[in-house]
Amino acid sequence: MSDSSLENLPKGWKGVPSDLGSDQTAFKGVQWGKAMMWIFLLSDTFIFSCFLISYMKGRASTVVDWPNTSEVFSLDFMGVPVPLLLIAIMTFVLITSSGTMALAVKYGYEKNKKMCGWFIFATAIGGLTFVGMQAYEWSKLIHEGVRPWSNPFGAGQFGSYFFMITGFHGTHVSIGVIFLFIFARKVFRGDFDTGKRGFFTTMKSDYVSIEILGLYWHFVDLVWVFIFAFFYLW
Amino acid sequence: MDQNSEISKDKQKPATTHKIGIYLWIWGLLFVLSFFSYMVDWYQFQGLLRWSLILFFMFLKAGLIMAFFMHLFWERYTLVNVLLWPMTAIACFVGLMVAEGKYTVFTRLIYFVLGE
Repeated sequence: MSDSSLENLPKGWKGVPSDLGSDQTAFKGVQWGKAMMWIFLLSDTFIFSCFLISYMKGRASTVVDWPNTSEVFSLDFMGVPVPLLLIAIMTFVLITSSGTMALAVKYGYEKNKKMCGWFIFATAIGGLTFVGMQAYEWSKLIHEGVRPWSNPFGAGQFGSYFFMITGFHGTHVSIGVIFLFIFARKVFRGDFDTGKRGFFTTMKSDYVSIEILGLYWHFVDLVWVFIFAFFYLW
Repeated sequence: MDQNSEISKDKQKPATTHKIGIYLWIWGLLFVLSFFSYMVDWYQFQGLLRWSLILFFMFLKAGLIMAFFMHLFWERYTLVNVLLWPMTAIACFVGLMVAEGKYTVFTRLIYFVLGE
């Protein structure tokens, strides 16, 4: 995000050494909370990468056939099994909620309280739908006999990777949904217009918080892109 | 432009908001790309074609989300560099574990299958 004091700074690659060597804040024009959220997301990227890499290594090194995911995750629709149907719907729901979040951030910066609040609310509903469908998927697989140590479809490692990776991602979604509801309430109450002080902080509320919340939510969607590709499609 | 200068009077706020069109375009593109990556499974492409298509759509979607929804396209290069260079460490880790996985399956085949 550019602001008027940034206009005089060198742009592009020339800006990198001048920003880092400026002996002040390195991330010019980035509010500290936003920088911290990015650092957190970077560390979270490493955690998810470790999970996905251990899944890759486990799947590559087993001598038993890996379960066919398009059969394991198929759903009966009017008596016909459709491969990966539930996962596809979950993907579209999460992308929809990511889009509404992007619009919420935009309306937040325009100080459009009503639109911002409703779009955050819609995002929360999308997230809730996603978590609900994931709970359904988990219970369906558990009923079919998938356990972290064995399953009827193939290599025993499948269950442990499935529950660990989608569980960790689902936890992120759930935490995001809680914060989305909290922030929808804060927006409707007008905290960000009046600069009301938050619960844990003496600092004034600001619409930049919506962007920080948005970063977290988009990251959850981003991780799902990778899980969808590597775990479900591969 | 007049809208921009009006907002930049308020010094604490970032001055940029982006037109709604760009978000709707990216949103639509993400839908289309997700649909295509689902089609990869639907038509049961196999082998190298499947893997390259999955990776292609995955990186395209990830790039669009990071660049536009997470605003990295508009951020200064310092932040972008700090965030993206650590990904090379992950790429190295992937490379190491591919080699490790090959070694593990090799030893398992020798001891489990040939050993019997």
